Amino acid sequence: MSRKILVLGEARDGALRNVSFEALRAAKVAAGGGEVVGVLIGEAVQPLGSELIQYGADRVVIVEDDQLRQYTPDGFSQALLAVIDQENPNGLIFGHTAMGKDLAPRIASKLSSGLISDATAVEEIDGTLVFTRPIYSGKAFEKKIITDGLVFATVRPNNIEPLARDESRSGEVASLAVEIHTIRTIIKEVVRKASEGVDLSEAKIIVAGGRGVKSKEGFEPLQELAKVLGGAVGASRGACDADYCDYSLQIGQTGKVVTPDLYIACGISGAIQHLAGMSNSKVIVAINKDPEASIFQVADYGIVGDLFEVVPMLIEEFAAVKQ
Amino acid sequence: MNIYVLLKRTFDTEEKINLLNGEINEEGAEFIINPYDEYAVEEAIQVRDDQGGEVTVVSIGCEEAEKQLRTALAMGADKAVLINSEDDVEDGDQYTTAKIIAEYLKDKQADLIITGNVAIDSGSGQVGPRVAEMLGIPAITTITNLEIDGHTVTVVRDVEGDSETIEASLPLLVTAQQGLNEPRYPSLPGIMKAKKKPLEELELDDLELDEEDVEAKTKTIEVFLPPKKEAGKLLSGEINEQVSELVQLLRNEAKVI
Repeated sequence: MSRKILVLGEARDGALRNVSFEALRAAKVAAGGGEVVGVLIGEAVQPLGSELIQYGADRVVIVEDDQLRQYTPDGFSQALLAVIDQENPNGLIFGHTAMGKDLAPRIASKLSSGLISDATAVEEIDGTLVFTRPIYSGKAFEKKIITDGLVFATVRPNNIEPLARDESRSGEVASLAVEIHTIRTIIKEVVRKASEGVDLSEAKIIVAGGRGVKSKEGFEPLQELAKVLGGAVGASRGACDADYCDYSLQIGQTGKVVTPDLYIACGISGAIQHLAGMSNSKVIVAINKDPEASIFQVADYGIVGDLFEVVPMLIEEFAAVKQ
Repeated sequence: MNIYVLLKRTFDTEEKINLLNGEINEEGAEFIINPYDEYAVEEAIQVRDDQGGEVTVVSIGCEEAEKQLRTALAMGADKAVLINSEDDVEDGDQYTTAKIIAEYLKDKQADLIITGNVAIDSGSGQVGPRVAEMLGIPAITTITNLEIDGHTVTVVRDVEGDSETIEASLPLLVTAQQGLNEPRYPSLPGIMKAKKKPLEELELDDLELDEEDVEAKTKTIEVFLPPKKEAGKLLSGEINEQVSELVQLLRNEAKVI
């Protein structure tokens, strides 16, 4: 069945996020040969339009306005609803990012539609779109279909392989003028805390620490290892509760659920609540002093040893390999 | 201040999940207040203690949710409402839940509605923003701080690790993120008092809703468990040899470096 699907692209620090390309791939499947229309909302997003096309969009609609410089639910809702009004699509796909999570339910509510959040796969079976998504933070999965109204989903970063970039692809990038009315939530200040620019939910490599890290300072070698590998640092609930690091780094059933290519667990015992947040990672390495630690049950490779001895050696080895 | 908290009963985070006849097996499982909703309860109590007013906790689902509502009352909430949808709604989704809650709240003149940013079972994070949209009030998600000065509300919002300071005015719906507060344990006198606090039970009929009004827009067609991860290779030898071997394995066997 052929459908017209809109994909909301998302930029961070002036560049499109990888999850936008993954959403385009999902939209290609959902469109079933129909049209995929990229949407970009912001202050100066025009230059990013062609990139959406190179990753699979057939054309792109741009809404630019001073008031859209930062994401606000009211501003972006108004812009997106105007695009939906013009395009009259059969479906919408966003990334399951802070913005996607915040915006999608509001748009779904406005359109009285269903919404399948946090999808990790989409396939068409006998003309019906079937979405797979984790429940109980990945302890189980469900397959869901839309029974009424728009096909609407957000896709979890790092799960759907984007199409290869095709620089020969071209398409129309058109602007839509939208008058932005009242914005009821005013952003006064933004404090950037996210470390080194690698977002935890999108990171390909994560180095995580638990209670075994013992202190705030104990996280320093982990940060260094993450830096050498171009990854991000995460933590268990135990480490966050003990105030070794910020709650924004917490991985688990409460906290973030991550699926990187490589997850290095340092001094993490492997409580069920933590395993729920990371056990679907592609490759898991565990470093722990306690050979009985349950983290070894899910690890592909394990080293029984002191993380403060092992991690510096790993930094040295990886640094040597990278050169 | 008229404060409402939306609360969900969920599996304890330490529970393992198994299936029975293709569905999640609830037999013998421990249930708790969804941890993010627990932050919401705590915040509501703190706001009330500071500003005056009343905290009403609302849950929707089965009769058993009374236990979690009583816990919230024992923490310090004033009233509870259980909307029992068990008999009327067979396969609800987030649209269903939001529609019922919004219908209940529409004439309550809530100043502040607080809920968790996500439930740890279904994990959709939709109900809060959907309810706000249906009520026509603004919503701010994943907040880590809340201050109220007259009608002006200043919140700090967690955005993938960054934090945004946002100003808005009442009425408002906010969703709680971890770090917002440290939920209290119910005290013994609190537990005693909770038994006498009002707990109203409603059904769809009482809200003048029909089954069709709240019919789900999505449907679950299959539930399955992820493939069991097999325990991998425990390396051996001197630590420096293990480290070298690990790096080689990650490069050549797992090919992730």
